[in-house]
Amino acid sequence: MAIRAMNSLTPNQVRDMFLYVGQKVVENKPFLTKIDSAIGDGDHGIGMSVGFTKAEENLKGKEFSNVNDVFKTVGMSMISSMGGASGVIFGTMFVGGVKKLEMKETLDLQLLAEIFEGALEAIKQRGKAEVRDKTMVDALQPAVYALKESVEKNFSLVEGLRKAEEGAHQGVENTKNYVAKFGRAKSLGERSLGHQDAGATTVWIIFKSMREWVEEGLQDD
Amino acid sequence: MIKKFINKPENVVSEAIEGFMVANKDKLIKIENVNGIIRKNLKDKVAIVTGGGSGHEPLFLGFVGEGLADGVAIGNVFAAPTPNTIHEVAKAVDQGKGVLFVYGNYAGDVLNFDMAAELLEFEDIQTKTVKVADDVASAPEERKEDRRGIAGDVFVLKIAGAASEKGWDLEKVANVTQKAADRTYSIGVASSPGSIPGATELPYELGDDEIELGMGIHGEPGMKRTKMMPADQLTDELLNTLVMESKLQAGDEVAVYVNGLGSTTLLELFIINRRVHQVLTEKRIHIYDMDINSYCTTQEMGGFSISLFKLDDELKELYDAPAKAPYYVKNHSIDTKEAKV
Repeated sequence: MAIRAMNSLTPNQVRDMFLYVGQKVVENKPFLTKIDSAIGDGDHGIGMSVGFTKAEENLKGKEFSNVNDVFKTVGMSMISSMGGASGVIFGTMFVGGVKKLEMKETLDLQLLAEIFEGALEAIKQRGKAEVRDKTMVDALQPAVYALKESVEKNFSLVEGLRKAEEGAHQGVENTKNYVAKFGRAKSLGERSLGHQDAGATTVWIIFKSMREWVEEGLQDD
Repeated sequence: MIKKFINKPENVVSEAIEGFMVANKDKLIKIENVNGIIRKNLKDKVAIVTGGGSGHEPLFLGFVGEGLADGVAIGNVFAAPTPNTIHEVAKAVDQGKGVLFVYGNYAGDVLNFDMAAELLEFEDIQTKTVKVADDVASAPEERKEDRRGIAGDVFVLKIAGAASEKGWDLEKVANVTQKAADRTYSIGVASSPGSIPGATELPYELGDDEIELGMGIHGEPGMKRTKMMPADQLTDELLNTLVMESKLQAGDEVAVYVNGLGSTTLLELFIINRRVHQVLTEKRIHIYDMDINSYCTTQEMGGFSISLFKLDDELKELYDAPAKAPYYVKNHSIDTKEAKV
């Protein structure tokens, strides 16, 4: 029963999951700063932590009656507080997928796949980035594909998230082989080779933490 | 730690705005809850909104005023302003005639201004955008849309402001502003890096005897790193590239702007400007006007940029129109008129 229960999350569980995700991203601030300093301007970790701190402020203690509002709150917190390119892009990762979605009261793997697929499209449209451009898309796209495949294979929510986490992680590794096409790393050209993209790394941390929260939730039950 | 006169790094932007505002409260208003500033006396015309990351002062906030920008959206240090900041500023200055966004061509700025434009569309506020992409060293001509915006912002903003003061509609203001952007060419050189307030390390290194030609204002790699050289020789090299990229010919007419990046002194900039004048005169390129200042800085960055603005009769008239903002004044006669009253 416990497993089935955690195969779909209530809006308030989604809220708690993203509070945990935010905490993990904030914890990783020094790590993200180090990665970004190698080829970017070193502010990615600071920016993400500003965004998730704002999201925590807007999520904490608030009751949610639908999943859409939780995603929207996280995304809008980022868009309104971070600035720079990552504010819009990571904001869109949460807002883009629920924009045209009817109100949902539970989040299961299928809906999660649908939401992040919509987000991926929205991000590509806004940021004009494709896979191999050394951006967060390199991690998000394989994660979305893994989610969709997991739905087809009738995997549980945790299994699906684990596949997404693995896909994102492979994506992060792949960015080391790409020359940057966006942001300040772009002007480094070949010199950006061998370094992983900070935005892709954050996407991986987000999916990893979602998986951890759902998995630990299972054990708690 | 790099020496800077600040309190807490996280308060740099808000405290700087506070200090700027108390000195300019007769002409400007700070918008509540966001880092946006607008003109106190807005005119019934197309509104001009600019913006960008902090750290480049007096750009962008010092250019809010008559004949220039009506509002500015201010980001964190070297980071684009948020969409809601831009949104609030645009809403505050719109007179029902639309808003023209004028800003430097950087990925973060484009994303945030575009998103703000979408938000404004829901409220039936019409916007148009002109991105300044004057840095010829940042991308070759065939990828002109990838070029970054540097000190040429000043020329483009000047034209946008003057065109809007004429009472033209949004399309006409946008078109002439785009024309100005298309005819603005800049090139820079760096001698030492600028730092982010609160940062413990410099963002990149330049040797004691090294300079980098074409380096961007955030330390983006340029065309080549070379040994320090005499001002005339360096100016010749920069100008040769600039004239070639801009395809300027004998008989063309330009406004010249020599911009210090932060720690390079006016004394040095005058020497650069002297050579710019000599070379352009030799090439029989007519100099309509010269400006030497440090409008577009990157903290204590060392170095300068040269901007050439290719004029025609229409642009010349707009360039000469009066303007008055805290850090830019041109042909302004209002004060003397007021004195007569």
